[in-house]
Amino acid sequence: MGLVVLRKVSFSYGGPPVLVDIDLAIREGDFLALIGPNGSGKTTLIKIILRLLEPSSGSVEIMGRPVAEFKGWARIGYVPQKATHIDPFFPVSVEEVVAMALMSNRKAWGTSEHEEIRRVLRQVDMEAYRKWPISRLSGGQQQRVFIARALVNAPRILFLDEPTTGVDAETQSSFYDLLDLLNEKEGITIVLVTHDIGIVNKHVSQVACLNQRLVYHGSHEDFCRSAVFKDMITRGDHLISHDH
Amino acid sequence: MEDLLAYGFLQRAFLAGLAIAVACAMLGLFLILRRDAMIGHGLSHIAFAGVAIGLFLNLLPLAAALAVSAVSAVGLMKLKDRAGLYGDTAIGILSSLGLAVGILLASMAQSFNVELMAYLFGDILAIEPVEVWLTAGLALAVLGVVSVNYAKLLFMTFDRESARVSGVRVGRLDMLLMVLTAVTVVMGMKIVGILLVAALIVIPAAAGLQVASRFKTAVLISTATATLSVALGLILSLEFNIPASASIVILCFLVFLVFSILKSRRRSALKREQ
Repeated sequence: MGLVVLRKVSFSYGGPPVLVDIDLAIREGDFLALIGPNGSGKTTLIKIILRLLEPSSGSVEIMGRPVAEFKGWARIGYVPQKATHIDPFFPVSVEEVVAMALMSNRKAWGTSEHEEIRRVLRQVDMEAYRKWPISRLSGGQQQRVFIARALVNAPRILFLDEPTTGVDAETQSSFYDLLDLLNEKEGITIVLVTHDIGIVNKHVSQVACLNQRLVYHGSHEDFCRSAVFKDMITRGDHLISHDH
Repeated sequence: MEDLLAYGFLQRAFLAGLAIAVACAMLGLFLILRRDAMIGHGLSHIAFAGVAIGLFLNLLPLAAALAVSAVSAVGLMKLKDRAGLYGDTAIGILSSLGLAVGILLASMAQSFNVELMAYLFGDILAIEPVEVWLTAGLALAVLGVVSVNYAKLLFMTFDRESARVSGVRVGRLDMLLMVLTAVTVVMGMKIVGILLVAALIVIPAAAGLQVASRFKTAVLISTATATLSVALGLILSLEFNIPASASIVILCFLVFLVFSILKSRRRSALKREQ
């Protein structure tokens, strides 16, 4: 059974349809790349899964429960697309950014909470920066902090929406190595929205390709041999071919 | 000073003033960072209508203002969400309406104009014992609710979308924040007046945001700014026979100015180092 199951999901913002009849099952342990050209509905699909948008029709289940009845949101990690565009004047430290997610689900602040925050910051290699204001960090460092915030409640599934936009190539590489580690060692299911085919080739195990409809869903090896992939490369489709 | 504090009315003024200062500073930070700084201004105008209704109907003005402001705060949220209005338009509409209702009632019953003036400009030294306990109790309630929901409020203010995904009920918290602001505005009316209560919400918080690099530091600096300004404003008002409300707000502004200069100098120094 899938960790997340979408059945015949369609969506429109009031005009032409953005998503049509999407059937998709994300299994436990998947590292899934959600790819597609600009405007293909990738971010919309993530937002429907996370109940930030209501589908026009169809259904979504998370961990076996209809999304409207699902209560375990603390176990869902999310790093939004705009995470790197934070308000530079918001006075908040790295530690506070992680604590806000942890303490939203806890009643009391104590030594164990401090230790949990330090543990996740260590995991993303940001412990040394825990007292720093978030606005003084580079884009790549900020993304690591947002991953730590998503990890602090021990998620079973982590959604990342184009997390490396505006981040340099070297930082991107270490960032995706971190995602590999979380997927392989911690067993966290990862769903990654990306334009970057290089990421698909190097890191993910599954690919779902959207273009209003789900045009492909399967292993990345099969995807690279598929007609869909060749067609996308031939047309360009605003995808980035990455040098790894 | 010790002699002055022996007077009951001064003790009451200090107690009520400090309680409201802490509540204002705390809420002000969230409101400014949410780009809702003008909510305090809007709700104070609406509270004016509440006071006028209370005086007109011979009800306790504070209670009437509390009810009208709390209901309007919820209405403000609904208007913003459902009417698809730009920015502060909803505040502009409701605050103007509040002022219009207040002026209309005041002109219809001229007998209470003097009392209304006390609410407009504040009269902290004339605060009654019952109002002190009401103010202190409500301020404690505001602080308690904010403290219990501190992490959720901060999460929602910093990254609303992620907070929603994590299970934070952002709609409910929006409403809570608005109602708490309405309560604080009403409590602050007697201290700095309807016309200046928004300043006590915005200026100390803005001062804290000038120099703090952590949210907790911003809370401490804002609270210190508000409480010291209230205490010093009261002392200056007694010493020099000047209005307490104006002294408090001008002191808040001076602290803000000093912090702004400090921030600007720090930035220049950082640029030179780079």
